[in-house]
Amino acid sequence: MTTTATTDVISLRDITKAFPGVIANDRVSLDIVGGQVHCLLGENGAGKSTLISILAGMQQPDSGSIAIGGKTVDISSPKVAVDYGIGVVHQHSTLVPAFTVLENLMLGDTGVLQNKKQAAERLEELADLLGVQIDPHALTSDLGLGQQQQVEIAKAMWKGSRLLVLDEPTSMLTPQAIEHLGESIARVKAQGLAVVLITHKLREAYAMGDCVTILRGGRNVGHIGVDELASYSEKQAQDAILSAMFGDDLGAAGSDPTAADLEEAAELAGATEATRETRAIDFETRPVRLELRGVTSRAGGRDIEAEDVTLTVHEGEILGIAGIDGHGQAALAEVVAGQRSAVSGTVLFDGVDITRSGVRGRQQLGVRYVTDDRLHEGTVGSMSVALNLVIKRIGQKPFWKAGRIQQKAVDAEATRLIDEYGIRTPSAATRAGTLSGGNIQKILLARELTNGARLVVVNKPTYGLDLKTVHLVREILIEFAAQGGSVLLLSTDLDELIELSHRIEVISRGSLVGGVVNDGAGTAEKVGHYMTGAIEGTD
Amino acid sequence: MSDMLSAAFITVFIATVIAQAMPLLLAAVGETIGEQAGILNLGIEGVMLVGAYTAFVVTLTTGSFWLGMLGGAIGGVVANLAMLVLNVWLGLNQIVIGLAITLIGEGITSVLYLQNYTKSPASLGAQPKLPIPGLSDIPVIGPALFQQSGIFWICILLALGLAFALARTNWGLSTRSAGQKPSSLDAAGGSVMRTRSIAVLLSGGLVGLGGAYLALLTTATFSPFLTNGLGFIAIVITMLSRGRILVVMITSLIYGLAVAIGPALQVIGFTVPADIIKMLPFLIVIVMLIVFARSSVVPPALGTPYTRGAR
Repeated sequence: MTTTATTDVISLRDITKAFPGVIANDRVSLDIVGGQVHCLLGENGAGKSTLISILAGMQQPDSGSIAIGGKTVDISSPKVAVDYGIGVVHQHSTLVPAFTVLENLMLGDTGVLQNKKQAAERLEELADLLGVQIDPHALTSDLGLGQQQQVEIAKAMWKGSRLLVLDEPTSMLTPQAIEHLGESIARVKAQGLAVVLITHKLREAYAMGDCVTILRGGRNVGHIGVDELASYSEKQAQDAILSAMFGDDLGAAGSDPTAADLEEAAELAGATEATRETRAIDFETRPVRLELRGVTSRAGGRDIEAEDVTLTVHEGEILGIAGIDGHGQAALAEVVAGQRSAVSGTVLFDGVDITRSGVRGRQQLGVRYVTDDRLHEGTVGSMSVALNLVIKRIGQKPFWKAGRIQQKAVDAEATRLIDEYGIRTPSAATRAGTLSGGNIQKILLARELTNGARLVVVNKPTYGLDLKTVHLVREILIEFAAQGGSVLLLSTDLDELIELSHRIEVISRGSLVGGVVNDGAGTAEKVGHYMTGAIEGTD
Repeated sequence: MSDMLSAAFITVFIATVIAQAMPLLLAAVGETIGEQAGILNLGIEGVMLVGAYTAFVVTLTTGSFWLGMLGGAIGGVVANLAMLVLNVWLGLNQIVIGLAITLIGEGITSVLYLQNYTKSPASLGAQPKLPIPGLSDIPVIGPALFQQSGIFWICILLALGLAFALARTNWGLSTRSAGQKPSSLDAAGGSVMRTRSIAVLLSGGLVGLGGAYLALLTTATFSPFLTNGLGFIAIVITMLSRGRILVVMITSLIYGLAVAIGPALQVIGFTVPADIIKMLPFLIVIVMLIVFARSSVVPPALGTPYTRGAR
């Protein structure tokens, strides 16, 4: 076993890192100890990812120091980090999809010839340690996300490691895969390695972590030590973490946060198991808004296409589509929106066959689409917020008359939507590209949901947004459905699907492989079962 | 007509196929190395011309074909330095730089040639042969295949060696990852900058060698715009071959066949208009494009400069 575990403490002292316009890390200090799982908690943008980029040698701190076992080190490049035994599993995969598992693991090896035999032995050793099975010759792109992550962990520990950093490792996994991951982490910890687990979900931090550090606005705003955390009940730990995480936002300054505030914050932070109050609505009695009958899509690209998809969305219903990213969600969304043509099957909207009508025609019927590519497909960054808000109504009155743009009408509409959706922008004339991701998403939602929307297709609506906007976006969708609108929600975030959807269908390689009515406990497991069954072939 | 298909005729035919295929083969192998590392070099036409001209001048002055080939390779490396500095190091647009290299290469070599050699057009004479003992005595194929110049064999070995290296060495793995997902290479402790730099220079050397082969062995002279679009055909072949050097070699041979078959048809009595014959290789490339273009796969990171931690 070449895994050299040491109990050296890795100490970060006063790490500061600024990007233009934002201080990502502001004098952050923390100690990482071997044999412990150290959870790093915080919202999006709290500086977690920057901190580990610095540990991984991808970024250099502006000031501050890192010491390993009391000796100050300069992690000037990823290679140096690897040499110090710091292995990082990044949030975004660093595996090359076109390579086999072994090729990915050998990448970065020195020596002239590839030593496949030695690599295969090392993989076996690590797979044993992690308690997983990995086919060394499988193409990485053929693996499920859970397995890809196992390969990533093996890669991070490849050169013998003292610290394993996992950045949001559970965000794309099924409940079953999360359980596997927890077991692997426990095994790694038992070997004496230090583990840093980055997450924004409280219950994971409590379940997997030995100690917790909370970041907010780039600063270390709270630490719960090993003994302290062990003595806390889950509720106590939650409250302690939440008051650190949301500090000033909870209640009035100076007074203790109220229970209601904490509850709201807990919900924001995904502390509780996501559940949905089942409303006693029998959708079968409601009219069908959208119906797909055996729809198969075709486009020129190399995307996975929708294959023989049959589904119905009723009036006022939110139908969730769960699935691993890139399993045909985009094709399904576009075939409904009219951006991609169906080679077979029928698309019915309010009982009318719209299979042959284009984007504009469907839009006027009330079919709307919020793309997941909000920066490129969704908005024109160099154009004003106002124009972006009416861009899908190009040429239509009152915004265009005789081919000329009616600035007054556009501005009036823009002002209305900016107020209604709370888009934070200096003015309607500001270039859309300069706004934050959350505000750009609000522009998209405002544009699509206004002017007679009856069905909205949303693809990953909250991906990469801060918690408050996430909350807001979800509220908007729930409100839209409550008023009789229909939503086809495509998402990779299982919690989101469970929170919003009335029913959940699972998509895999372009086909729907199973559906679950979201009626309380156990939905996540059922959905996860379909996801793993379809992907790993272990049904 | 049957006596036209004599042994001597077939020997000449095979030799012509090889002579036409080799420059393209070398250039396309060079382009493959670059593209696998993520660098689309549209300047290959210019680089080939620089290689061809350098080789021509060196051989004319020294009388040595070997030194000429070396000169051509060095010329190619120097021409690709522009791509190295402007794209790999400074991150400028590959397409713009590539087109600039093509235009500059065409311009410079034409001007220099017209300045120095038009008054007394020079030819290089016959290449040195390296008959392989035994094999070269085989009738028909022997003289065609096994009485080639030693340069031919070195070039073939070079291509095969690179095919092996790309698949089986750690260098090959790094190079391919630089084109597939440079951030992975970076995270694995490799240097994207160094990997791509090596690939660009190696690519330049091979493309220059292709130009040199064209000037020294295929045409035995230099003239302005000698390559006549061969560089762009090399780009097409590279993309159709999906980075597999052995496929590049076979496709190049098909091209050589297309070029050689026209004159051969005339010799055996088919009266084909000369214009059609000249069009044939390009027609074949277009047909290949139409048939195979859908299956062309380029590395995902092709054409994108890499900046660590870009956000």
